[in-house]
Amino acid sequence: MATAKPALAVWKFASCDGCQLSVLSLTDELLALADVVDVAYFLEASSAVHEGPYDLSLVEGSVTTPDDVERIHEVRRASRTLVTIGACATAGGIQALRNFADIDGFIDAVYAHPAYVSTLATSTPISEHVEVDFELRGCPVDRHQLLEVVSALLRGRRPSISPASVCMECKRSGAVCVMVAHGTPCLGPITHAGCGALCPAHLRGCYGCFGPAETAATGALAAWWQEILGVEHTDLLRALRTYNAGASEFASKGEQHVASGA
Amino acid sequence: MGTPADEARVMGVDGLDALIRALGERGYEVLGPRVRDGAIVYDGIDGAADLPVGWGDEQAPGHYRLSPRDDDACFGYAVGPHSWKRYLLPPRSKVFEAERGAKVFALRSAEMPRKRFAFVGVRPCELAAINIQDHVFLRDTARDVLYASRREDIALVAVQCTEPSGTCFCASMGTGPAATDGFDVALTELLDGHHRFVASAGSELGRELLAAVGAAEAEQADVDRATTVVDEAAQRMGRSLDTEGLAEALYANLEHPRWSEIAERCLGCGNCTLVCPTCFCTAVIDTNDVTGTGALRERVWDSCFTIGFSYIHGGSIRPSLRARYRQWLTHKLATWRDQFGTDGCVGCGRCITWCPVGIDITVEAAALHEPAPAAGAGR
Repeated sequence: MATAKPALAVWKFASCDGCQLSVLSLTDELLALADVVDVAYFLEASSAVHEGPYDLSLVEGSVTTPDDVERIHEVRRASRTLVTIGACATAGGIQALRNFADIDGFIDAVYAHPAYVSTLATSTPISEHVEVDFELRGCPVDRHQLLEVVSALLRGRRPSISPASVCMECKRSGAVCVMVAHGTPCLGPITHAGCGALCPAHLRGCYGCFGPAETAATGALAAWWQEILGVEHTDLLRALRTYNAGASEFASKGEQHVASGA
Repeated sequence: MGTPADEARVMGVDGLDALIRALGERGYEVLGPRVRDGAIVYDGIDGAADLPVGWGDEQAPGHYRLSPRDDDACFGYAVGPHSWKRYLLPPRSKVFEAERGAKVFALRSAEMPRKRFAFVGVRPCELAAINIQDHVFLRDTARDVLYASRREDIALVAVQCTEPSGTCFCASMGTGPAATDGFDVALTELLDGHHRFVASAGSELGRELLAAVGAAEAEQADVDRATTVVDEAAQRMGRSLDTEGLAEALYANLEHPRWSEIAERCLGCGNCTLVCPTCFCTAVIDTNDVTGTGALRERVWDSCFTIGFSYIHGGSIRPSLRARYRQWLTHKLATWRDQFGTDGCVGCGRCITWCPVGIDITVEAAALHEPAPAAGAGR
């Protein structure tokens, strides 16, 4: 092929870097990827930076500062295709817990000199600020899914990523349902597939790392947890408010439960 | 079949063990019930000791627990979360691989299984389910080669049902608790006095196997007892479903308010369809590798409860949970008849037990059997 290789960029916003590490942990496939793309901007991997524009940008992290807001627009302008990776970028991440609290209270409690802190009152997903071409869920993202997204987009194909429930993967794997057979509260029925039902396969309830499934009947599941499994109000709220606390299908139910009060 | 039921035989647990081993020696991959992670699932077995000896189960809507029995029954439980569909229609199977070379484009078709399967502990409702899937996949007009390659030359050791669960209703569906054909060997486990199995052969293979393990001729008292315990099981079904006029009622009630009420409780998670032994829907997924030279087509279990399942260009034709639940239930109990000439439900109760929020097909079908309440009459 005479044409230049597509330029790949990986960007970081408010995040733990775990999703970028998922790119690096592709190991063998990473070498194959490096053969077919020009890794033009990926500070976690290399200090060599090529100027944009970029054919494919992977964006990790949420928007939490005024500077982030400006920077994500620059990234969008420099990117032909923009994919957000991970719960921070797609739902605001664990740091979206601030959305339910008083940010000034946090700043005063934590920092000796609050005047130096410039932050927003909320942590928001990238899609609230710029147009996003594809959102890849997970905390962290699954590296096989990440490779599928990149492989698909490099060939102009829609990524084969199912938005159905974790239960679909759990049943395909042959795992025994922890909710039905053990009475363990599990978010699997309302959580987006992608992890391969990792926790249920190890007899733990799903923690909802991949955020809401395409149909997230949070209210119906919450009712069963409380009425049949005897889950306390505070534990239900805690389960819904983790890495995807900001995702509307989890957050709105959480809000209702705060309003209904324990 | 045409041939009368074979002379009944009887054997002990050692005979059952020999039967399992004889299947293995004949080159079968022997699969049967085992206890794993708090449930009875299907997996490889080497002998009778691998069976769930002394275990029963307790089942209710959205509820399953193993319970120890006070005897050494090998088959003293009802069906668990797995069905034989896992082996005949695997959750994920390769359809073909493609590779682009410099000048050639190579296609490699799916690998066929190396070993024939022997299923041990197949319940009558499960035999009925296999028959239904056979009808779906082995019709002359639409023969599925992946299914056929796995189904061929299979050995079926059925076990008549003596312990129906709280969610069972095979007696209503006419699929159990006794199987009369469609097996190589059928066993009835008797626990009174000496622990034994009354066995009958349903095929030449079955006759050979029973002869090979040295099963003795059964006495009339044992044959009668075997009939009695299965008849009693029919009286202990946890649930029932009245199918009389049901299909017509469902067609008349497509706008019944009950559908919307169910949608308030349904999670849309798809569990009911994946545990169902007759649900056969799959998605075909094409992917390519990162270099763009290799491609893969796979078939994976899908569900009419996913939005993507009814995606036709531009969008899904069943975007609401109400529409998806209605599609599923009416297919099971009405349109399946039009399509294949049987019900799509065998009364195994898995969809009730393994629904994470306990939605009960027998309760919903009964409600939908009745006309919708008149407008303004309230709920």
